[in-house]
Amino acid sequence: MKNPLESLPTTIVLGVVLTVIMVLVAQAIAV
Amino acid sequence: MDMDFALHLVRWLHVVSGVMWIGLLWYLNFVQVPTMPKIPDELKPAIGKHIAPAVLFWFRWSAASTVFFGLLLAWMSGYLGSSLAIGTAGGGMATALLGIAMWFGLIMAFNVWFVIWPNQKIALGIVDAPAEKKPGAARRAMLFSRTNTLLSIPMLYGMVAFQNPPF
Repeated sequence: MKNPLESLPTTIVLGVVLTVIMVLVAQAIAV
Repeated sequence: MDMDFALHLVRWLHVVSGVMWIGLLWYLNFVQVPTMPKIPDELKPAIGKHIAPAVLFWFRWSAASTVFFGLLLAWMSGYLGSSLAIGTAGGGMATALLGIAMWFGLIMAFNVWFVIWPNQKIALGIVDAPAEKKPGAARRAMLFSRTNTLLSIPMLYGMVAFQNPPF
């Protein structure tokens, strides 16, 4: 299977998805 | 020098270093790597022998400078501990976002110095290595550079969100 990071557009989409996850995590754990 | 001016100066140095680091990272990922297959074979050595080594010099030292001034800035501002604790020790959501962004930045700087640079030295022939090791080293460097491009998106979001929280 091809590594998704070989595709630049996929890398950008994964970066945006990770950003959304980061906001949700920060909201959940922040004191 | 008063503390406000020192903070102002350190923040500026952090941002200037960071722009150079992420600018060169995006140059590599958005321009150089995708363009390489389109460059005629006789011109390719110009990239490998002249452009890439210069890019990698500024790339790794701007990464070090960004981390140095970033940690100094957080320490001088009094939120180094709470941000590295990802907001679990207080500071609210903005500190949590900054903390995650800081950890992404630290992982990225580690990748630059301890994965991308050693592998690029092999791939570009800066150090002696058997020819059969070069394709693997080039691929490893490219994938970790892509990992940094991925991490740069939430990292920059967290840095901005700390100054302008979303909620």
